[in-house]
Amino acid sequence: MAAKTLYQKLWDKHHVHAINDTDSIIYIDRHLINEVTSPQAFESLENSGRTVWRPAAAIASADHNVPTSGRTSGIVDALAAAQVSALATNCENHGILHYGMHDPRQGILHVISPELGATQPGMTIACGDSHTSTHGAFGSLAFGIGTSEVEHLLATQCLQMRRLKSLNIRIEGKLNPGVTSKDLALHVVGVLSTSGATGYAIEFSGNTVSSLTMEARMTLCNMSIEAGARVGMIGVDETTIAYLKNRTFSPPDEHWDAAVAHWKTFVSDPNAPFDHELLVAAETVNPYVTWGTTPDMCCPITGHIPTKEAIEPPCQDRFLRALEYMGLKPGMAVTDIVLDKVFIGSCTNARIEDLRLAASIVKGKRIASNILQALVVPGSGSVKRQAELEGLDRIFIEAGFEWRDAGCSMCLGMNDDRLLPSERCASTSNRNFEGRQGAGGRSHLVSPVVAAAAAIAGRFVPPPSMEI
Amino acid sequence: MIMQKFITLKSSVVPLDRRDVDTDAIIPKQFMKSIRRTGFGQNLFDNWRYLDEGEPGQDCSIRPLNMKFSLNQPQFQGAQILLCRENFGCGSSREHAVWALEGFGLKALIGTTFADIFESNCLNNGLLPIKLGSEVIDKLFKKIHEQQHLHLNIDLNAQTVTHHDNSWTFKIDSNRKERLLHGLDSIGATLKYSNAIKHYEKKDREVTPWLYNQASA
Repeated sequence: MAAKTLYQKLWDKHHVHAINDTDSIIYIDRHLINEVTSPQAFESLENSGRTVWRPAAAIASADHNVPTSGRTSGIVDALAAAQVSALATNCENHGILHYGMHDPRQGILHVISPELGATQPGMTIACGDSHTSTHGAFGSLAFGIGTSEVEHLLATQCLQMRRLKSLNIRIEGKLNPGVTSKDLALHVVGVLSTSGATGYAIEFSGNTVSSLTMEARMTLCNMSIEAGARVGMIGVDETTIAYLKNRTFSPPDEHWDAAVAHWKTFVSDPNAPFDHELLVAAETVNPYVTWGTTPDMCCPITGHIPTKEAIEPPCQDRFLRALEYMGLKPGMAVTDIVLDKVFIGSCTNARIEDLRLAASIVKGKRIASNILQALVVPGSGSVKRQAELEGLDRIFIEAGFEWRDAGCSMCLGMNDDRLLPSERCASTSNRNFEGRQGAGGRSHLVSPVVAAAAAIAGRFVPPPSMEI
Repeated sequence: MIMQKFITLKSSVVPLDRRDVDTDAIIPKQFMKSIRRTGFGQNLFDNWRYLDEGEPGQDCSIRPLNMKFSLNQPQFQGAQILLCRENFGCGSSREHAVWALEGFGLKALIGTTFADIFESNCLNNGLLPIKLGSEVIDKLFKKIHEQQHLHLNIDLNAQTVTHHDNSWTFKIDSNRKERLLHGLDSIGATLKYSNAIKHYEKKDREVTPWLYNQASA
């Protein structure tokens, strides 16, 4: 039998009907639903007189819009409250499992689904959110969809999909001290550009990737979309299987052995044909800081923003426009960038391991006097409770951070957590677009290590563990 | 949902000469709190179009306009075609971006490349994203900069974009083309295969039974 890629195996397993040479009807095992991209889908479904095909395949939680403090008094913003309430009503009407704002398991869907064991190898997973690629870390085919597709999925449990090309990003070697999978992700996006992987499903492979924890793998797959790839994935191994033991949705004992045997097949066969390959030497990866308004505009923390001459002439206007927005000068040292705010959170970096890393840097220290606000927003209620069990909340609070409830928060600033015009933020999130974290706000994407060190120094500094 | 048909379009063009235009720029997050599909047009490119900070519920007709922004300039009013650059629609999956473009009155986008999720969202709403080579796009931008006006004819059935004697063909796959030409409801199309979906579930339940025993946790 011909060698197959992981992507091909996932496609073949879920194939229901071929529409033409490139498009097929693909079955979706898991549908994750949030409050922002689903209300119009439910409304349209009901107006068409259709019903939800398989409610048991869906899990919903309000994450984008919810406040991260003062929850007991409800949601002050009437529009946000209406969306959160619509999600609860829609789920109730259609028999969909819903973790509301006051449920202890509530959180960012890309954090809670894995921690509940609802994300499993060999699955197809879709959600009205572009960072659904996160779940590919488990050897699943996971991708973001628009609201019309949310409706399509509710009505049919399927999507009409176009087959993607495949890109194998093989990462080999040992990461340097102070370098995390967030830096790997920024490195890859920097190499590919924001559109370099459009039309591709990325598979991350190699011994560096195998050595990563599941949390770190999720961070890497999460940012595939920032290189244009709707899908990022990693083959199943013992780390994947160990993570899935004893979780709420994991297969029960009577199915466990069969499930593991099934899961282990979700790896690319040796010599499987990829359309493209990219090799990354782990030693060449630095702690990065983005200096521009797209995630590929990044450089090492010990480096400098490029000079105009270093940018190819057709791209110079874009380069200068980005720096003007960011209030930065060509050629300046990254360590000269002084910050106003720090945000540790988001579906990229708000898991327990991220919080442990950040806490290890701030322990016993205080945030710098120029930092107006430093937020830690755990990815889920479970992450928050675990962190509190370990005393991480005390470490952050004593250092001057605010310790919040779970949600997307300042990653996209739909709730009250946002940047004011010209405020500069070190953020562990995934997008530094103009206005992303608040109109006129300036975002620098970094790892939790770099964000924590920056909070203490008040500007970017190489992480303490980094040998220079 | 019934989708709008797209057959032909004759319209003037409005240029947006920057690459990597993301969906946060197309419709900023504060406007995504709506639970409806309509009303987004007035906030399309809100941060670039207006000089003040946009909030939901404002009367946009009295807000200060940024007249340097092409969509505000008199010569481009009424254009139903947006000429754009590489990687248009990157970032978030928000379909609100497409609803905003349509709400503003745009019916087609012409550029070199579009982000994957954004392109699917366009096609699901009858907004036609047309990909042409970068040299053609350069030429169209040059023409519009020089003349401050450009009128194009789009024919989806023939897959052509025409300007006077020049005509360029674009690619679109047969499934998507048919859906646009006839305004087909893709959910209805998939539901024609209900039996195949049920058959898939029956077989799959035997292979991976644990996927079908959803806990009511």
